[in-house]
Amino acid sequence: MIMVSVGVFVFGIIYSVLLSFTNAKLFPKFNFIGLDQYERLWGETRWLVSVENIWIFGVLIIVFQMTLGYLLAVFIDQRIKQEDAFRTIFLYPFSMSLVVTGLVWQWMLDPNLGFSSAMQKLGFESFVFAPLVHQSTAIYGLVMGGVWNGVGVTMAILLAGLRGIDAEIWRATRVDGIPAWRAYLYIALPMIRGALATALILQCTSIVRVYDLVIAMTQGGPGIATQMPAIFVIEHITNRQNVALGMAAASMMLLPIVVLLAIKSAADWHAKSRREQRAA
Amino acid sequence: MKYAGIARVLLASAAGAVLCGAANAAEVEVVHWWTSGGENAAVSVFADEFEAQTEHEWADTAIAGGTNARAAVMQRILGGDAPAAAQFNSGRQYEELIEGGLLLDLTELAEREGWRDFIRPESILTNACEKDGRVWCVPVNIHSWQWGWASIPVFEQSGVPIPTNLQQFLEAAPKIQQAGFIPFAIGGETWQHTGAFNVALVGIVGKENYYRLFRDRDADYARSPEVATVFETWRELTSYTDEASANRNWNDTTNLVISDRAAMQIMGDWARGEFAVAGKVPGVDYECIPGPSDTPFLTTDGDIFLFPKQDDPEVEAAQLELASLMISPRVQALFNVAKGSLPVRADVDMSLADSCMRKGLALLDDPNTVLTALNRFVTEDTTGQLNDLFAEFSFNQGLSVADAQERFAGIIETAD
Repeated sequence: MIMVSVGVFVFGIIYSVLLSFTNAKLFPKFNFIGLDQYERLWGETRWLVSVENIWIFGVLIIVFQMTLGYLLAVFIDQRIKQEDAFRTIFLYPFSMSLVVTGLVWQWMLDPNLGFSSAMQKLGFESFVFAPLVHQSTAIYGLVMGGVWNGVGVTMAILLAGLRGIDAEIWRATRVDGIPAWRAYLYIALPMIRGALATALILQCTSIVRVYDLVIAMTQGGPGIATQMPAIFVIEHITNRQNVALGMAAASMMLLPIVVLLAIKSAADWHAKSRREQRAA
Repeated sequence: MKYAGIARVLLASAAGAVLCGAANAAEVEVVHWWTSGGENAAVSVFADEFEAQTEHEWADTAIAGGTNARAAVMQRILGGDAPAAAQFNSGRQYEELIEGGLLLDLTELAEREGWRDFIRPESILTNACEKDGRVWCVPVNIHSWQWGWASIPVFEQSGVPIPTNLQQFLEAAPKIQQAGFIPFAIGGETWQHTGAFNVALVGIVGKENYYRLFRDRDADYARSPEVATVFETWRELTSYTDEASANRNWNDTTNLVISDRAAMQIMGDWARGEFAVAGKVPGVDYECIPGPSDTPFLTTDGDIFLFPKQDDPEVEAAQLELASLMISPRVQALFNVAKGSLPVRADVDMSLADSCMRKGLALLDDPNTVLTALNRFVTEDTTGQLNDLFAEFSFNQGLSVADAQERFAGIIETAD
């Protein structure tokens, strides 16, 4: 287990970063050319669009999944009838692959097949809702598909958190006459920090590696409007036969995570040394 | 993978020892991206003839989308699980495979059968398949991008004549739109945009200037007003497309013309296979417009098959038999009629050719109208950059002609 982790992660990462400083095309070759690949990378419009897209996509996904997920969890937490049925319905989309999700949403958002044509047939002649076909709105269409797919898991995790809260606390809020919405917002929410962090980490990893959803829904289009970093990497190491540029992009994807980890470990180390000082 | 290979060899030799003298049938796995109706009809010709004429078996691996199929083949070759045959487009897509010694050398077969004597134009063998005097692949057809596919009923109902060049088409487009049709059909795949843009480009600037751009990498010319005209024409053309183009495949786009919903599509001659499958007749239901330009040129690139090295000698023998079969006169005729492409040899029975194919053959006979295609000059990496640029230019009205042209010049400058 450790061997595999070290082999795949540490060795793989070092190998990838090293390759990004070379001019390898299809086969890995170690002919170092310095930072040229990074220079080209940050000059490519497609990469810049990808980076911008992942931020828009990421922030929107987290905001919507957290909000909707928590609302759904609170809804189910009301000891409603048929709780199991509702939980299954909300969790169901997650059991589908992102490719299937993407295709379903592509059809639903297609101006000639989905919502738009259904509404037009019902008599709303001027109704148009087809975000995927315009380059300025396509990314929001992707967010819809992504939220639909992932919101159930967020709900399940947060619901588990809510169920873990001691019944005494709920009784106390009722005794004090605190309205339910305030109890959920100011008392329950801080108490399920752990569940929130778990949901957030799961969302972040699914955002960074988003690939299949985009391929199925827009193929990165219209034009290059919904390109993502992961697609850039995979396309360059496969059919564009420019492994080094792909690895440069992959290294750039790793960078924010490394920086975050460095900040966190620095903070931990700082806190630990302060504690030790106080103890001494 | 390696163990599986060794096991296969051991098993095969054991079986060979037992069934001494029995037929050495092998399974030949062929990867291709021929998945549309017309393409499927064409590849079935190969499969059926191969199984009828030899004792080997054709194992079909169709992967939708050329870029996906090529990527899968590359990964499988690098991973040690190479298919026995794979389709590529002639060009530079597989030059590293040749350099890496990963392909079966076909020189002996080519010399014995005299490929160089009957393949025409000669360049499709020498440029695409030969390296240092050795033959590494089999050209199976000649495709050209430079065609406009027009629906005759749409033009009639719009009250405009069928154009012979893009300028006439642009003049007719508003009337076609008023009549309730889509004037210009194009899909969302980025290669469609590069391909059709280059068709417009060569139609406007001509053959020599096209070479100046892509062969000589003349970035100053890429910044010239003449090239700006091409970008402006393209912007105008794409303003006449429909809402749903963003997510569409090429064959669904062709289907808009077949079903008389769109007036014209610029697409390579593989589109003719779709018209044929739909039972449409050239000159009656649809028209093929070479160019679309008054001085049309045709590129002569097409599909090739290469044969990755195998560790089983029986599969290797079957690979050579398949290579020989693909280029034989009978299979060439049957295959190309179904595919809509032109055969790579002149001595096949072309009595089956329709009017579009005759137009194409006439242009091919004149060396002055034959054009070398883009992917002979640039790598997949550069093609990819061009795909990104042209697709963005088509869909993003915010990207100005001047900016797009400057980025185009930048790509030409740095291409390797």
